[in-house]
Amino acid sequence: MARFFRTFPLIAALAVLLVFPMFGQIFYTELVAKTLILAIFAMSLDLLVGYTGLVSFGHAAYFGIAAYTVALLTPAGAVNSIWWILPVSVLAAALAALVIGVFVLRTKGIYFIMVTLAFAQMAFFLFHDTDLGGGSDGIFLNSKPTAHLFGHEILTFENPTHIYYLVLALTIFVYLSLRWLLKTSFGHILIGIRSNEHRMVAMGYNTFNYKLAIFTMAGGLAGLAGFLQVLLTGFVTPEMLAWHQSGNVLLVVILGGIGTLIGPVLGAFTFVALQEFAQGLVDRWQLVMGIFVILVVFALPGGLAAIPARVRRRLVKGAQHD
Amino acid sequence: MTERHREVFLEARSLSRHFGGLAANSNVSVTLRRGEIHALLGPNGAGKSTFINMLSGDLPPSSGTILLKGEDVSGLPAHRRSRIGIGRSFQRTNIFPTFSVQENCVLAAQSRQQQPGKIFRPPLHNQAVVDRSHEVMALTGLAHCGSQIAGTLSHGEQRQLEIAMVLATNPIVLLLDEPLAGMGADESSRMVDLLARLRRDHAILLVEHDMDAVFALADVITVLVNGELLESGPPAQIKASPAVRSAYLGEDEEIDHV
Repeated sequence: MARFFRTFPLIAALAVLLVFPMFGQIFYTELVAKTLILAIFAMSLDLLVGYTGLVSFGHAAYFGIAAYTVALLTPAGAVNSIWWILPVSVLAAALAALVIGVFVLRTKGIYFIMVTLAFAQMAFFLFHDTDLGGGSDGIFLNSKPTAHLFGHEILTFENPTHIYYLVLALTIFVYLSLRWLLKTSFGHILIGIRSNEHRMVAMGYNTFNYKLAIFTMAGGLAGLAGFLQVLLTGFVTPEMLAWHQSGNVLLVVILGGIGTLIGPVLGAFTFVALQEFAQGLVDRWQLVMGIFVILVVFALPGGLAAIPARVRRRLVKGAQHD
Repeated sequence: MTERHREVFLEARSLSRHFGGLAANSNVSVTLRRGEIHALLGPNGAGKSTFINMLSGDLPPSSGTILLKGEDVSGLPAHRRSRIGIGRSFQRTNIFPTFSVQENCVLAAQSRQQQPGKIFRPPLHNQAVVDRSHEVMALTGLAHCGSQIAGTLSHGEQRQLEIAMVLATNPIVLLLDEPLAGMGADESSRMVDLLARLRRDHAILLVEHDMDAVFALADVITVLVNGELLESGPPAQIKASPAVRSAYLGEDEEIDHV
């Protein structure tokens, strides 16, 4: 019964998401797709921040590197298949994370935050200040990838609804894969590292290798989000790698609940909704966002994902008083 | 069997460690044998923790050699020392508070099985690791609370879990940093019993302030003062030593009433 109450809201939300494009306008379909992409991005960051205790402040680098990989591998006139451009862009992001991880994972705490930021800024300026990717203007994607299966075109990415369903399927896939991963011994080792790295070393774990493994995986997943983003918008800009972007996704994780998988998803929906709402309300929408984040951090230390547990506690307490 | 015949598991030869101009340890040599509890005594700041940290690999020695069963392990990092059989427990309890007691033991035992095929599976699906967790929980008296969240255990039980986690890694050498710290009389005597049982198969280095326990358990006692080895020998010799008495000036009452 308890299990039912926990999974029911998830199933209901999934049902709504499945039928959503049939009722909403294209604008909203794209908005929800953008939100789900942010959710994947935030889940990947939460692997580091929430599960391993690595506060990366440069996670946008991997998001952007994958997006640029797609754009740069699509010269005018070329038509790429998603079956290779998707894995290649994800691997490019993972490879960047592997190389950067070798350096940044030798630092801890505040130094780790600064060094991840520094590497991300390097990547930002690489695309911003050179002609490699169109400079500060970025570049348009010459053509969207195609998706054929057994000679049939199964999805056309000129159609936002098709992108929406691909994004939704991948969000579910990522969520379920990570849920499985975190329940394995590997997941327990990550949590052990977050909780007490010294003890993990004393028990015989070479924690550097595990941190590098998860840093690479998280980079690859951020790359998946970057790929989907460029698929949706059709262009890339250096802003995708900027530190604002790294900061935003960190906010999404904090807002939703660090160290949970559903938290980043809730955080993404709240973040985008708030952004849309506040943008329509005032010019300085960041101000509204800032106040909201401060309120959540003070009132809900566990983020939005902690609300059900709080409500349950309140109810139990209420029942005891009766 | 006399002391001379017992197998040497760990040998520290003239270990020194300097922090800037301060000599935390100078030329300390200690031999740990299977079947022996070797107690390390000394006032606060004598360099006991530095010594343990050098043996466990947490601190590289400035000079000196560490041999495990005759092999030089001085250059190995801490995680490798653990893998080859040097297990340590901590003075401050160092458990994983959000995991259950069994999950703590499983995580420790899993460190011997880090192959990818064994890591990417639910921890409780690995029978060898689960079996080991049951063994060490039974050995340390935690069999009844395997599913309890470790953070909710009493202080004494957390200390027991601390030892259980070290044992789960199958060490041959145990470096125990104040295992009795903060324990009540009952818990203390249970732990003393446990240490006496562990002596049979392990070489144990025991840092402990509880003198009753030390003199009840130790086969050999080494006294450190200001980072230097003051005296080493059987408990009777240490108790009678004028040098030890004067070093423990003000604490000699404690030794007397034993």
